[in-house]
Amino acid sequence: MKKAVKKLYLFLIYLFLYAPVFTLIIFSFNNSKSRAHWDGFTFKWYGELFRDKQIMTSLTYTLTVALLASLTATIVGTAAAVGIFNMKKLGKSLVMNLTYLPVLNPDIVTGISLMILFIFINLKLGFTTLLLAHITFNLPYVILSVLPKLKQLNKHLFEAALDLGAVPLHAFRKVILPEIMPGVVTGFLLAFTLSLDDFIISFFTTGSGVSTLSITVYSMARRGVNPKINALSTLMFIVVLVLLLIINKRSSAGEGSGGAKETAKLSNLI
Amino acid sequence: MAKRIKRAATAVLAALSLAVMLGACSGTGSSAEKVTINVFNWGEYIGETTIADFEKTYPNIKVNYENFTTNEDMYVKIKTGGSAYDVAIPSDYMIKRMLDEGLLNKIDMSGIPNYKYIDGRFKSLSYDPGNEYSVPYMWGTVGILYNKTMVSDPTDTWKILWNEKYKKQIIMPDSERDSIGVTLKMLGYSMNTKNIAELEEARKALIQQKPLVQAYVVDEVRDIMIGESAALAVVWSGDAYYCMSENENLAYSIPKEGTNYWFDSMVIPTTSKHKKEAEIFINFMCDPKIAFNNADYIGYATPNTEVMKLLDPALVADRNAYPLKEDLESSEIFEYPGDEVNKEYSRIWTEVKAD
Amino acid sequence: MKKGWVSYPYIFWMILFTLVPLLLVLYYSLTAPDPSGNSVLTADNFRRFIEPIYIKVLARSIVLALTSTLICLLVGYPVAMILSGRDLSRRNLLVLLFVIPMWMNFLLRTYAWMTLLDRKGVLNSLLGMVGLPRLNILYTDAAVILGMVYNFLPFMVLPIFSVLSKIDRSVVEAAEDLGSDSFTVFRRIIFPLSFPGVVSGITMVFMPAVTTFIISKLLGGSQYMLIGNLIEDQFTRVYDWNFGSAVSIVMMLLILVSMGIMSRYDKEDMGGGLL
Repeated sequence: MKKAVKKLYLFLIYLFLYAPVFTLIIFSFNNSKSRAHWDGFTFKWYGELFRDKQIMTSLTYTLTVALLASLTATIVGTAAAVGIFNMKKLGKSLVMNLTYLPVLNPDIVTGISLMILFIFINLKLGFTTLLLAHITFNLPYVILSVLPKLKQLNKHLFEAALDLGAVPLHAFRKVILPEIMPGVVTGFLLAFTLSLDDFIISFFTTGSGVSTLSITVYSMARRGVNPKINALSTLMFIVVLVLLLIINKRSSAGEGSGGAKETAKLSNLI
Repeated sequence: MAKRIKRAATAVLAALSLAVMLGACSGTGSSAEKVTINVFNWGEYIGETTIADFEKTYPNIKVNYENFTTNEDMYVKIKTGGSAYDVAIPSDYMIKRMLDEGLLNKIDMSGIPNYKYIDGRFKSLSYDPGNEYSVPYMWGTVGILYNKTMVSDPTDTWKILWNEKYKKQIIMPDSERDSIGVTLKMLGYSMNTKNIAELEEARKALIQQKPLVQAYVVDEVRDIMIGESAALAVVWSGDAYYCMSENENLAYSIPKEGTNYWFDSMVIPTTSKHKKEAEIFINFMCDPKIAFNNADYIGYATPNTEVMKLLDPALVADRNAYPLKEDLESSEIFEYPGDEVNKEYSRIWTEVKAD
Repeated sequence: MKKGWVSYPYIFWMILFTLVPLLLVLYYSLTAPDPSGNSVLTADNFRRFIEPIYIKVLARSIVLALTSTLICLLVGYPVAMILSGRDLSRRNLLVLLFVIPMWMNFLLRTYAWMTLLDRKGVLNSLLGMVGLPRLNILYTDAAVILGMVYNFLPFMVLPIFSVLSKIDRSVVEAAEDLGSDSFTVFRRIIFPLSFPGVVSGITMVFMPAVTTFIISKLLGGSQYMLIGNLIEDQFTRVYDWNFGSAVSIVMMLLILVSMGIMSRYDKEDMGGGLL
């Protein structure tokens, strides 16, 4: 009895979570533009989606910005984490506060403050500013992913390598980097996902001609029903589903709730 | 474990970079001479194929087409100077404001031969008396779009928007000049009033109306009215005619207190880097065939004499769609009231929505 | 490896793109243009914010955010409990299924609710089919709360789940062996142990809910101005950066104060909820 109640409750919650997604998926195959009436099966919205220049351009921008921003953030952030780890106490806590600032700050404040900065220094809003903004909000997440791995590191490992005659850079690459790699990869993936999903900061820091997928969806959603958005949602859902299943399958032997933890980290930027 | 994540990540990365490269290739194409112009227009305000037609006619110009929702949004984007637009399509009072603030380039009319098709009635208007800065695109009115099956009271007055009977059935535009303007007319004042007491009265009326309003929207209004989710909406004439063509229960009325009639014109902001190409685009938009496609699709009144000959005669004869001078006697064109009073308009609209 | 310098590019970056922009916001919030267009120091922007009409916006934001946080807690806690009670293999799959919708773009998820809640939308068609009365919730505050709960529920469930699944089973069993009924076990053992998770859950739902402007715009039909909408409005329509900056500063303070309150209850360090 109790078990049945639990199952029913869980079922209702999952229904709540998936109802909107499945509605979009079903209606992406609806022949009519209507939100409520079924009017035959069609693939035409998918064709229109791929022919829609605005959506395709913004998809390209979204992926380009996310890739460049998360790569840059990963490199700069990993170096920074190593540096921070070796800092004295006072400097460390100062820099860590600086790191937490954009994480805790509401997105809208981050967005408008960057916009003010860019306009203040007379930088045209566009791809460059968008990229700078994305790197900025990605950086802390890379650092917060790499630092715990550094803490787990054996302190004498690096010194031992130096004693054996390795140059510092070589020692770092051969000894430290492999150890902290999981943190670096997590940081990169986190940064990449955050970039893909961001709307608010992009909204304020982009300019003419450059629009991310989120921004395009926002302006389309404000114009009402658009079956192309449904088709887009369906494709994105499938991609996300496949990626997550692959990652989960590959790592399920190791970490149990790894995915959950990461998702929890995402929270502040949404 | 780490290796697995790494491998998965590498795979994801590789797939994505491939996608990016493919996208980039198809995006930029081969010719390096290509110029991209940024066109800034209202939502749902151009023919379906116009941009594609333009790019086909001028293969060396690529159009980056973006939308704004209100004159104010557009103004802020251009004023902050963060973005470089080559063509924008603001309304009368906003053109005046932008002109006063030095945000507009002079247009070289010799580059726009199709300007001859613009009816004289739409030239030398107060916001651009010398016809140097703007080329008319569309014009129209503000009125009430209503559902005949849901509304029984007379719709020839703005007062119906304050009728308790239509609680949560009324859609108001999320646009400060339009909503405040309609209210001022309802109260019997000028839409261009600079009298703070009258504006305060309008603010009170709008706050009093708030419980009756279902939503403050701009572009969404089409779906809401076509889907019969609301009974009454304050809309621009073109939206009204579009909705009426989709749902025959809908009708459009211009209240007897008078309304706002407006002109949206193409301008070239000073931020433009491709003035020549911008002029080519403007000229293209005045080409009778293209202008016909635009007017036919979006439903607004065209200032283009050739297009009027091509349109359905019944539509051109419809005095709600193409009002004559005498129909607009009690109506007004928005004027820019100056920075001080304009701030009051903005403040009032913020406060109405904040309440 | 005493080389702090590898972090200098980062520090420089953060000062330029985080600290300086915030100082600019502070500068704008404390100045206003005088009639000749020069900026002068003033507290007017903040004084304007304490007018009743804007306090109303602030209060509405807090009330709506608190309401959705509470709903998330009441709905989410049992979910976390049921999930953590499952055996390991099923649990991973269920948690994965739980987070998948979250990986969809935030805008798309909100747009989906517009489709569902529309007066002539899917929900009403279904209700009509089974003979139930129609629900007109799109463009009401209920829709805004629904949008918040939907988008932020996982942030409540996941932290609680992660704490609950770490609870030592033998503690619970010991209590049961000593004769406690299941409610007492929950009240005296499970809930206190899961408290850190609840605290991070509350923080993580409240923060985005109180600062959002999209949900209220798309699902609320711009009728329920939240503090986020007020800021957005000042920067995109009104072009009053000074007042907009002042409101932003107020929002930052609001977040810092609520973080401060929550971290008192949080046994872990300040970033506990994030790490």
